[in-house]
Amino acid sequence: MKLQAASVAAISVLAIAAGAALLQPSHRAAPSLIQTVTIKPAYFAYRLPGEFLADGRVVDAARFDASPRHPLEIMTYQVSAAEYAACVADGACQPADSSGAAKDLPVTGVSYLDAVRYAEWLSSKTDESWRLPTDEEWAFAAAERLGDDALGNADSEIANPAARWLTAYRERNAREGRDTLPKMRGHFGANSRGLYDIAGNVSEWTSTCYTRTHVDAAGKSVQRTENCGVRVTGGQHRGYMTNFLRDGKSGGCAAGMAPDNLGFRLVKDPAPSFARRLWQGMARG
Amino acid sequence: MFTRRETLMSVAGAAVVAAMPAAPAAAQEAANIAKLPRKKVTLVQPPFVHEHDQVAKGGPKVVEFTMTIEEKPVVIDDEGTVLQAMTFNGSIPGPMMVVHEGDYVELTLVNPATNEMPHNIDFHAATGALGGAALTDVNPGEEVKLRFKATRTGTFVYHCAPKGMIPWHVVAGMSGTIMILPRDGLKDEKGKPVRYDSVYYIGENEFYIPRDANGKFINYKTLGDSFPETLKAMRGLIPTHVVFNGRVGALTGKNAMTAKVGQTVLFVHSQANRDTRPHLIGGHGDYVWEEGKFANPPAKDLETWFIRGGSAGAALYKFLQPGVYAYVNHNLIEAAELGATAHVIVDGKWNDDLMTQVSAPGPIRTN
Repeated sequence: MKLQAASVAAISVLAIAAGAALLQPSHRAAPSLIQTVTIKPAYFAYRLPGEFLADGRVVDAARFDASPRHPLEIMTYQVSAAEYAACVADGACQPADSSGAAKDLPVTGVSYLDAVRYAEWLSSKTDESWRLPTDEEWAFAAAERLGDDALGNADSEIANPAARWLTAYRERNAREGRDTLPKMRGHFGANSRGLYDIAGNVSEWTSTCYTRTHVDAAGKSVQRTENCGVRVTGGQHRGYMTNFLRDGKSGGCAAGMAPDNLGFRLVKDPAPSFARRLWQGMARG
Repeated sequence: MFTRRETLMSVAGAAVVAAMPAAPAAAQEAANIAKLPRKKVTLVQPPFVHEHDQVAKGGPKVVEFTMTIEEKPVVIDDEGTVLQAMTFNGSIPGPMMVVHEGDYVELTLVNPATNEMPHNIDFHAATGALGGAALTDVNPGEEVKLRFKATRTGTFVYHCAPKGMIPWHVVAGMSGTIMILPRDGLKDEKGKPVRYDSVYYIGENEFYIPRDANGKFINYKTLGDSFPETLKAMRGLIPTHVVFNGRVGALTGKNAMTAKVGQTVLFVHSQANRDTRPHLIGGHGDYVWEEGKFANPPAKDLETWFIRGGSAGAALYKFLQPGVYAYVNHNLIEAAELGATAHVIVDGKWNDDLMTQVSAPGPIRTN
């Protein structure tokens, strides 16, 4: 009994100390002035990324109604060249291979690994919790600008694997704009959720790994392999890029169309509740 | 003091003086040629080739072509890099001409007054006068007419060859191809006729675009402005771009070549300046005239063929599977990084006997 009371007292002393430290963030942490959009949970039509095989042939992933469980707070704009340069100046990020030097261009010529480093740096700078969106979150935020990468499951393809390659090639050509020079942020306008430049000419990294899924006749996943060396990118069309590549063009195979540019925007996770911060503080302390 | 343009002109002017007018052809020969039927051909933009008979109908003809030289800036990649180009008829490569052995090629070469430079044309297929170059020097505002007899069959390069600055004119885009077919058409190694359903003409060029201190490609205001630093870049022998038909991606996407399973395509590939090695990924060369000369039997079943710099070759292939084929320079760095990739979109039925995926990729089994 006594022992228990003593330990409770000890915890509360610790908690007060930890709480005080958290309530008075001193050193480097400064809240960010980064513009974000917060989107309330809602349903949207979604297909999982990756490759799906039924009976050994490639098929479209099933489309279903997905919804995030919590509100999603995401950057209004792609991370700019200037914002990224601050991380480089701090020694936390590698210089980007961007072609443009203008400060208000989105940063391009960055790999998945660069984007993750930037998110970590930004989080430590702001004492906020920044990370890349998942493919599902990106798709949700893209709203009406989300392209459907389904190619149809025509019967003719059963006997002809080339049919799908040809459809994919033509599909992508039809969407070809071919002005690949990055534009000032805002150039491609806002979507219905208030996010700018979604599906412009800069594809955005997501944290989702490439997967290959075998499905049964009912469309249920029966086996799955995951390759996190390749991550999903969101843009005019969904892409799959090796995580250390900075130039989409070098990532495509000889007969594929690659993304024009690689950049990113980040998601901000809600600040932990007071109780959670307390708990984290204790865990640290 | 001369302006740069005057300096460039005087160099070419020396060539004009050095080139003596051709000795007058024997009166009899001229009379004979005058009796021949004449045919005027309108050239088309590469990768297409003007309509032509694979087997000649009737006897030799005089075939008339006109090409207008256009100096103009052209965009050579998706980043908007600009080449101060010189072109035959506005395209890189210059258009392909097709005649038969024994025909006379009669070319009118026009150099509009809007151009900055003197130009001429050297046909590798022609005999004498530096391939015609010594007889075709034209300053801006002039035109010239050259006739030569097509005495040897094959695919041959033509290019501009102004004295003192031949390589610059060539790497700035001034090269093209003429195909001289045997009167009875192409033949295999046993002398059996070989025919094609379509022909595609790929002109490969390598470009040397100077960079500024930050490594960015320089966009020059004029052709003359681009010369000194371009020459310096050329002397390094490392191209910044290696492309088909004038720009990165010129033969991909909406402009990809097309064919159907069962169709036979003749790919003519020319490179006026530098060696290359075409390869059709997933296909072959059924019959290949590597050196491009039809008097020699074609090589068979090639995987990659060698096109010597300064020549054009021809490869014939019957497509057997549908799909997206990449037609590349199989220096894969030049193909993937510098631009030398084209696509062929082939529709048709898949042949399971030729290839099948026995089991789709999945987890590695331990039993």
